[in-house]
Amino acid sequence: MSSHPTQPQSEKRLGRATALLIWLILALAVASSAYALRHWWSPPLINSEAAGIDRLFSVLWILLAAVFVGVQALLGYFVFRYADRGEGRASYEHENLRLEIAWTALPAVLLVVLTVLGGGLWLRVQGAAPPEAATVQVVAQQFGWTFHYPGPDDRLGPIRPMDVAVGNPIGLDREGPGADDVVAGELHVVVGQPVRLLLTSRDVIHSFYVPELRLKQDAVPGRVTEVWFTPTQPGVYEIACAELCGAGHYLMAARMVVETEAEYQAWLASQNR
Amino acid sequence: MAVVQAQLHEERPLSFWRRYIFSLDHKVIGIQYLVTSMAMALVGGLLAMLVRFALGWPEASGLTPASYMSAVTMHGTIMTFFVLSTALTGGFGNFLIPLQIGARDMAYPFLNMVSYWLYPVSLVVLLASYFVPGGPASAGWTAYPPLSVQGGTGQALWLISLAILIIAFLFGSLNYITTVLQLRTKGMSLLRMPLTVWGLFITAILSLLSFPMLLAASIMLLFDLLGGTSFFLPFNIVIDGGQVTAAGGDPLLYQHLFWFLGHPEVYILILPAMGMVSDIMANNARRPIFGYKTMVLSMAAIAVLSFLVWGHHMFVSGMHPLLGTAFMATTLVIAIPSAIKTFHWLATLWRGKLRFTPQMLFSIGFVSVFVTGGLTGLVLGSPALDMYVHDTYFVVAHFHFVMASASLFGIFAGLYHWFPKMFGRKMNERLGRIHFWIALPATYATFFPMHFAGIGGMMRRIYSIEFYDYLARFEGLNQFITIAAFIMGAAHMLFLVNFVWSLKYGERAEANPWQATTLEWETPSPPPHGNFGEELPEVHRWAYDYSVPGATTDYIPQTVSPRPVAAPGP
Repeated sequence: MSSHPTQPQSEKRLGRATALLIWLILALAVASSAYALRHWWSPPLINSEAAGIDRLFSVLWILLAAVFVGVQALLGYFVFRYADRGEGRASYEHENLRLEIAWTALPAVLLVVLTVLGGGLWLRVQGAAPPEAATVQVVAQQFGWTFHYPGPDDRLGPIRPMDVAVGNPIGLDREGPGADDVVAGELHVVVGQPVRLLLTSRDVIHSFYVPELRLKQDAVPGRVTEVWFTPTQPGVYEIACAELCGAGHYLMAARMVVETEAEYQAWLASQNR
Repeated sequence: MAVVQAQLHEERPLSFWRRYIFSLDHKVIGIQYLVTSMAMALVGGLLAMLVRFALGWPEASGLTPASYMSAVTMHGTIMTFFVLSTALTGGFGNFLIPLQIGARDMAYPFLNMVSYWLYPVSLVVLLASYFVPGGPASAGWTAYPPLSVQGGTGQALWLISLAILIIAFLFGSLNYITTVLQLRTKGMSLLRMPLTVWGLFITAILSLLSFPMLLAASIMLLFDLLGGTSFFLPFNIVIDGGQVTAAGGDPLLYQHLFWFLGHPEVYILILPAMGMVSDIMANNARRPIFGYKTMVLSMAAIAVLSFLVWGHHMFVSGMHPLLGTAFMATTLVIAIPSAIKTFHWLATLWRGKLRFTPQMLFSIGFVSVFVTGGLTGLVLGSPALDMYVHDTYFVVAHFHFVMASASLFGIFAGLYHWFPKMFGRKMNERLGRIHFWIALPATYATFFPMHFAGIGGMMRRIYSIEFYDYLARFEGLNQFITIAAFIMGAAHMLFLVNFVWSLKYGERAEANPWQATTLEWETPSPPPHGNFGEELPEVHRWAYDYSVPGATTDYIPQTVSPRPVAAPGP
């Protein structure tokens, strides 16, 4: 054919530069991940039901890191090694059944393992709460959270958005089982005791998120969704809204207080019914 | 038929209006789609810069929480539907399909023109929402009700605009499918088509089957917004302080409808890029694409599976947990064809003779960012882990690598590669390489640290981190990401400069400047109306006869018959 469009010397230089760029990015990705592990990783876990989540995440992260490093390093190497050097032809080999079967089967096996591990874990964390769990109803609205405790009779009074009024933020029916209910702006739970949350919303979709619990669940209007956890560390934690719910989405925060049984009872008694 | 068409094309000279504005020529329509998409990319990119500015320095950016939310919404909407979708299917689909299969035009040229002209109409409707009371839509690009039903005129315009654009996509898809099935030239069997055509063809099928679902959902939502219906509004909720009682719908129904399109949509954005990158890699490695048939099969597998995975967007929505496990299994299965494709790209580089043109660099970059983004998909596809990172910056990092950046890199590769065919001139290669050498590291610097913010618990779509003590540690990280994003944006401006400069001053390109095998390179650059001369080309081999042992040149065009060549292609 007519003039060869490339100058082999410059292709070799370009290949080296591109390979170095890929390897440099790879090195920085690994280094920044190592730094992030100390400074930016998930906050300490305080939910005894979610230990499996952290374990699976660690296992998967190591696996992904290995594949990431392997593939990017190889990509850089091929770019470095196979630049047009002027002499000879590229290989015409374009099929290799054994190789293709191998690199189909390997990911397939890994993914079956991940599906079994992940599926089992999911069904465990989404399973029914134990019967001794305390129940709190969480009502989300633009842009705040209200927590509704059942009181001594252990029954939640019905709530109706049409009854929302000053002093009754969730429209609680105070007749019948709602008479002794407690309505508060903070979530208080007892350390070591399982808690079941019944989530709902007055207006749009919100999402209940406490990073330390590794827990996120949408609060959907017209529905009640359920999650449960067992807090292990006393302290004050932040509840965030994780689903876009309007201009005030970024400030829809609340507090979760994990405390001893005695502290909890004292707090409950101090709330007006 | 083809001959008659050719005569029609050549008989009467067309006016300027018919030739360049209301053109029936697929090449002009393709370029119109590309140029309009580039203009929209400027808008979407500017919005991205604003969003990043607010995340680094909320007060200095001048955005309020409300205008921040509309910027986020419009950035996502414009980039997904009005830039990536339109550039890939409308732009490259139109320009390349007839040229690469040896046709004189699309099967329905008039429908094609209508499809293009619906696009500017839809974007005028969309951008008009900046001038209505209340401003543009601000419920996110997903427009979940009931939040979106709280929106005003801006949200209504958003829905109308999307509906118009979807009709344009449907017209386009019908055209691409018919053209590929009916207008292939003699010898162009399906399994001799370049992977670019395969990617565009499978994408057209995906679009045709999935976009009607979003059309239905957007019209239903429009009725909820304006007509007082309640498809998606449950009983007894409060909207804008007022009670809505005449209700009984379900917000989750919308999510199912939306993601039934929404997930195929992300493959609509990646499959054409995969096809183009495959062909560009083979051309620049001077090697056949590795495992051609497996590449076709894995694209088809991705397309089929993409209809079965939408629920992974809804793991924490309140959907039944058992459904979650089913969607998890289908989602993780998609990783298999994706992994196969990655290995095949690597194997195509292996023992090649690589030429580092800008299009080759962006193809290599495509593989890099696709792998990086694809891997985190395994975390998000596992519902128990998704429960933690869902709706955080981890997701933002994931899809900006695997979908946004990969798709964008594919578009850049395609533009550098086919620019000479479109305009008869080459783009400046040196500037193209500088573009890549800044864009790749800047892309990583922007999106990679977002994984850390996400793992640390930073929610997406928040205007500011100041309301959460645990997010205070991300202030410096967010400022770093913002600066990296500005550099990335500036790097892409180099492309724009190069594009405009090369239109006028670029080196003149011959018919086949890259020594490529496919049919479009057998025509002059740019190809005349009707594409091919008196007779349509006849195809004798697949599109990947590079470095055939014993052949006189290191590439054999698809039109060369087997006899004069020593070793036959498959």
